Amino acid sequence: MNYFVIVDVTLRQGIADPEGATIERALPALGFRGVSNVKAGKSFRMSIDAASEGEALEKATALAERLLSNPVIEDAAARLGETVAP
Amino acid sequence: MKRVGVVVFPGSNCEYDALAAMGALGVAAELVWHSTTDLSDFDGVILPGGFAHGDYLRPGALARFSPVMAAVQRFADEGGPVLGICNGFQVLTEAGLLPGALQKNIGLTFLCQPTTLVVTSNNSVLTSGATMEQELVIPINHFSGSYTCDDETLERLQDNGQVVLRYKENPNGSRADIAGLANERGNVVGLMPHPERAMSTLLGSADGRVLLESFVAAHVAA
Repeated sequence: MNYFVIVDVTLRQGIADPEGATIERALPALGFRGVSNVKAGKSFRMSIDAASEGEALEKATALAERLLSNPVIEDAAARLGETVAP
Repeated sequence: MKRVGVVVFPGSNCEYDALAAMGALGVAAELVWHSTTDLSDFDGVILPGGFAHGDYLRPGALARFSPVMAAVQRFADEGGPVLGICNGFQVLTEAGLLPGALQKNIGLTFLCQPTTLVVTSNNSVLTSGATMEQELVIPINHFSGSYTCDDETLERLQDNGQVVLRYKENPNGSRADIAGLANERGNVVGLMPHPERAMSTLLGSADGRVLLESFVAAHVAA
């Protein structure tokens, strides 16, 4: 079975996020008020052939830890998406 | 050192600067494509600057899986001198040969400028010939050069004298002003500045020589 999986990679707590901070500083100039704690991250989407949801997520977590994220500075979380990627 | 291998990944762009620097020191050097799996012919290995594999995902993230990296790991384990410059430093951290990680510069600006470095440890193949507290003017040329690591790692690095070069004025937000560091044994060194571009006063500075002279004087540990 083919599962659609999304992996979110975010900077770990306490790691400087100059990209998020810069976006946050730009928002008031565009008229957006009251937005705080902007964090920049990455999102990866993929189809995974697996026997179960659990196996698909396990695979995604393993590849996220090995390649998609650098555990020194980033956290990775895998979740199931609602549609199958084309 | 008789023969130095300069590893070329798809996207490396400072390999000829490294070759020229080795040539200026009278050392034979040759380019080694990243699919190579044997580095045993060399007395030293340099991972040059550039954008290995396009720097996709993160600088160094894909390069660490190039076939040559297993050979670099073996070479380093056997005590062979390994030097990662700029992108090469990023590759070494991603590969786990050096601790920590390099993030985007704190100001999100690509920095290309001379910097003043301070030698803070002689305990490495790159700094063994330099004097403690010696100041060196060497250019940087990077977007992701902000060194980061956890508290425990930083303490260990400082206690072991693994922080070999610091910025006099921190340009990129690097933790503890770290510009270059070594592994515990001192045979693997990475730095963001480019010593191979500071080989002649005609080009602005010859301060890179003392570092690269140390490197080529290093011997493979028995």
